[in-house]
Amino acid sequence: MTYKTAGGFCVLAGALVFTVSLAGEDWRQFRGSNSNSSAGDSRIPLEWSENNNVAWRTPIPGKGASGPIVVGHRIFVTRSGGIKQNRLYVLCVDARTGRQLWRRDFWATGRTYTHPSSSVAAPTPASDGKRVVAFFSSNDLVCLDLEGNLLWYRGLALDFDKAGNDVGMSSSPTIAGNVVVVQAENQGNSFATGIDIRTGEQLWETTRGGRANWASPIVIEGPSGQPAVLMQSPTGVTAYEAETGKILWEMDLACGTIPSPTLAGDLILLNSNGLTALRVTKGKAKPEIAWTSNRLGMNGASPVVHEGKVYVLSGSIAKCADLETGELEWQVRLTGRFWASPIVAGGHVYFINQDGEAQIVSIGTTGTLVAENAFGEVVQGTPAVSGDAMFVCTDKHIWKITE
Amino acid sequence: MDKRMTDHKYPTAIILALALAMASSQILVAKDVPDHIAAIRAVGKRAKGHAAAIRAWQSLSQLPATSLPEVLAGMDGANDLAVNWLRSAADTITQRHLEAKKTLPIKQLEDFISDTSHHPRARRTAYEIIVLVDEGAHDRIIPGLLNDPSLELRRDAVSHAIAQSLAVPGTAAAIESFRHALRGARDLDQIEAITKHIRDRGGEVNLQEQFGFLLDWSLVGPFDNSERRGFDQAYPPEVELDLTHTYKGKDGDVSWRTHTTEDEYGTVDLNVVMGKHKGAICYAHTIFYSADKRSVELRLGCINGNKVWLNGKLLTSNHVYHASTSIDQYIAKGEIKKGRNEILLKVAQNEQTEDWAQRWQFQLRVCDQYGTAIRGGERP
Repeated sequence: MTYKTAGGFCVLAGALVFTVSLAGEDWRQFRGSNSNSSAGDSRIPLEWSENNNVAWRTPIPGKGASGPIVVGHRIFVTRSGGIKQNRLYVLCVDARTGRQLWRRDFWATGRTYTHPSSSVAAPTPASDGKRVVAFFSSNDLVCLDLEGNLLWYRGLALDFDKAGNDVGMSSSPTIAGNVVVVQAENQGNSFATGIDIRTGEQLWETTRGGRANWASPIVIEGPSGQPAVLMQSPTGVTAYEAETGKILWEMDLACGTIPSPTLAGDLILLNSNGLTALRVTKGKAKPEIAWTSNRLGMNGASPVVHEGKVYVLSGSIAKCADLETGELEWQVRLTGRFWASPIVAGGHVYFINQDGEAQIVSIGTTGTLVAENAFGEVVQGTPAVSGDAMFVCTDKHIWKITE
Repeated sequence: MDKRMTDHKYPTAIILALALAMASSQILVAKDVPDHIAAIRAVGKRAKGHAAAIRAWQSLSQLPATSLPEVLAGMDGANDLAVNWLRSAADTITQRHLEAKKTLPIKQLEDFISDTSHHPRARRTAYEIIVLVDEGAHDRIIPGLLNDPSLELRRDAVSHAIAQSLAVPGTAAAIESFRHALRGARDLDQIEAITKHIRDRGGEVNLQEQFGFLLDWSLVGPFDNSERRGFDQAYPPEVELDLTHTYKGKDGDVSWRTHTTEDEYGTVDLNVVMGKHKGAICYAHTIFYSADKRSVELRLGCINGNKVWLNGKLLTSNHVYHASTSIDQYIAKGEIKKGRNEILLKVAQNEQTEDWAQRWQFQLRVCDQYGTAIRGGERP
């Protein structure tokens, strides 16, 4: 189905599915192209060390809590630098060699204060396969092509006065068709906006709740099959039409402010009363609650979905539950504090704590901690997977882990 | 002509024609540079001017490296958005030339840095381009920039001066060398590092004076801020300032009291001075005597909701509670008069629903655009 927008461009409904199937081995946004952190059958090594299964590691400047993304053989990374963290960097690294292909520098136009452990470069960038969009805690939004040519630059803090969060903001942008969507919720001023990725011009904006919220939006399908964007906050969950910002449905469901929503087939998983699953039914105006489990609460990391199971981190306990019922199936105690969301690849879940200790759990009828590897560096961003390689940003390097 | 070229499947005439076309297109591009820069300088809020700027950027990014000083000069007087567009054009030009192993106009870029009338970020960009290919540039350029208008270049110069001071023999000479570095320093971490070096050697540093914190205050409160509704309610002190007046406060009558903070960082701890209160407002007033009329920045650190007035004019309003704080957290630009200036603060505490949300405090200083302390004079 196609339809014409006021802007005069056509969009194929179901573009999300189309994009994902083309994405193949790309990892185009926070938690992957499907926003579910699953890398399917990718075979990532269970063990690595300096001389074993580390294809390369490349130094990266400044600070960053963002994760890498992968488009073709290019990896994109954001960082911030300078004593006031007002220097913003977008880097492109060759996935095959680790060589830096280009770096672009900017100065923040919004607030750059963060908690000492965080960074202005906390949101993970996003790509539509042709362009890269980098968003920063300062509300600076940069769009570049894959070669590093600037397409446009927006300073959203200039447009939305008082939008800033001195703890640091980490909501990652997402892309629905030709619309970049960002969600920025702070005490001073909160907004969400849809921006035409081709021009940087604003298609819509809406006011959001006035509490700090670090969760990221995800792309879903609207009731009429149109591309939509889902946002959660402590006051509820709302689905917006991606092209217009029109509210398609909303539910009065108090959600957490750090873990992000996850799409799993016809289910939407939300950090609400532990974990709540909404079921989307074609033809119905809004989803219905399928199940709620207060045993599946989360702190920092977002849920991971793979082959009928959902995996969460409750503190440092990894839990597996049945996706259809929410019934807890097994749990494994890990160690450390986690900011990075886990990823699933090749029958294992990879959990990496903030001290850079990767704890790998095999998945089946039970979960077993089968391997541990230390990066020896701080890890805050969610890893990316492409092919049989995992890319991890630490506080000092980007690493390629592969056989 | 090289035989390989004449053997090529494309005739020589076509190759020459293409070369001519490329050369003439480059001339056209160069001629249009001022227009392209003007298009980029026109970008503004809400994507204003994007369509023209996108086209202009594509042309600018194709310029030869000899055009870098002109592209960077485009930042002079430009807004922050345009500066970023131009920075990426300069980086793209530089990358293309480095990949083609072509030379960069180092001498012209160095001359550009020497001209302090250029935008600080343009000069910083020129420096960062130079150091990509010239390892000796740091030692040649940086040491002379201790008082530079570019705070990024100045920071490097202060780091250099600290390193030099560490190697100075003799306590007195080392202290004097560190004091020289301190006069250039504007960043908190560098000021603290230098202060430690001086104090470790027996010297003294008055951080209150170094930063220019305002220490003497008149305070009144608490007024009601239940459910944060008091933040936008104009209580009497912000309607008509009278330091002799008694007002109806949250828990009874309140009147002004004086307080001088002894904190090294100028922090006024309202929990100590006013007592602990939930959902409360405090007003703080001070007088700043200036020798001249001038532009200033009032730099506030405050973890609570706050408003700042200068001579009755509201300069900034931040309804944010317990989201971190630091020196210079909020920077408000204003104009001070020659002589007496009235500064009024409103500091709002919320209802502290989280146990860690206890602090109720502020620190304020008056600075120039570089963060240099402007110290108030004595009452004439």
